Amino acid sequence: MLNHYEAVFILTPVLSDTQMKEAVDKFKAVITDNGGTITNEENWGMRKLAYPIQKKSTGFYALLQFDVKPSVIATLETQFRRDERVLRFLTFRLDKYAYEYAEKRKHNLKAQSKGESETKQEKEVDNNKKQED
Amino acid sequence: MAKGEIRYLTPPTVNVKKKKYCRFKKSGIKYIDYKDAEFLKKFLNEQGKILPRRITGTSLKYQRKVAQAVKRARHLALLPYVTDMMK
Repeated sequence: MLNHYEAVFILTPVLSDTQMKEAVDKFKAVITDNGGTITNEENWGMRKLAYPIQKKSTGFYALLQFDVKPSVIATLETQFRRDERVLRFLTFRLDKYAYEYAEKRKHNLKAQSKGESETKQEKEVDNNKKQED
Repeated sequence: MAKGEIRYLTPPTVNVKKKKYCRFKKSGIKYIDYKDAEFLKKFLNEQGKILPRRITGTSLKYQRKVAQAVKRARHLALLPYVTDMMK
């Protein structure tokens, strides 16, 4: 049984760009080595933290979306805990609606990176949000 | 004019309560994203506390989801646990 998951983690800002990639690749390898597949990857880049963690006020955010067996999550989380470069992490199982949302988000991001060819959908989402107010 | 009586130029608008509604039910949102901090801020007061249902009008089902999403966002330092003058 494969489940959809999503993991967000914060890396320390002291790392260089290559070290960042290395760290992200490490966790990707943990997933793929255990028979999982990565369906989406996002790097939010450096962000200001809402409150200091380990006396650091910024952090490098990364998001992975993947399909994996539930038993692998424990190993992934121990890897997160052991790694000193990780300030915070959150793994989250995507239910039906969350998965739909994640797929939409992935699609929107792709459209954006392609050169804003499909920003129409996004605007619709924005409009919906405005209506809610 | 009788003493103590207040006269208004425009009639005061009392008893014209706007009916509250659940925005999630109305617009058909099924999943509340914890990554969207800007959206979640609508459910917080300026101290970063979660607003009660009686103010936002959210239905119980979605209030629980909002609360869960806010707590996840706080864990990831997307939202503060405690603050002042957030808005």
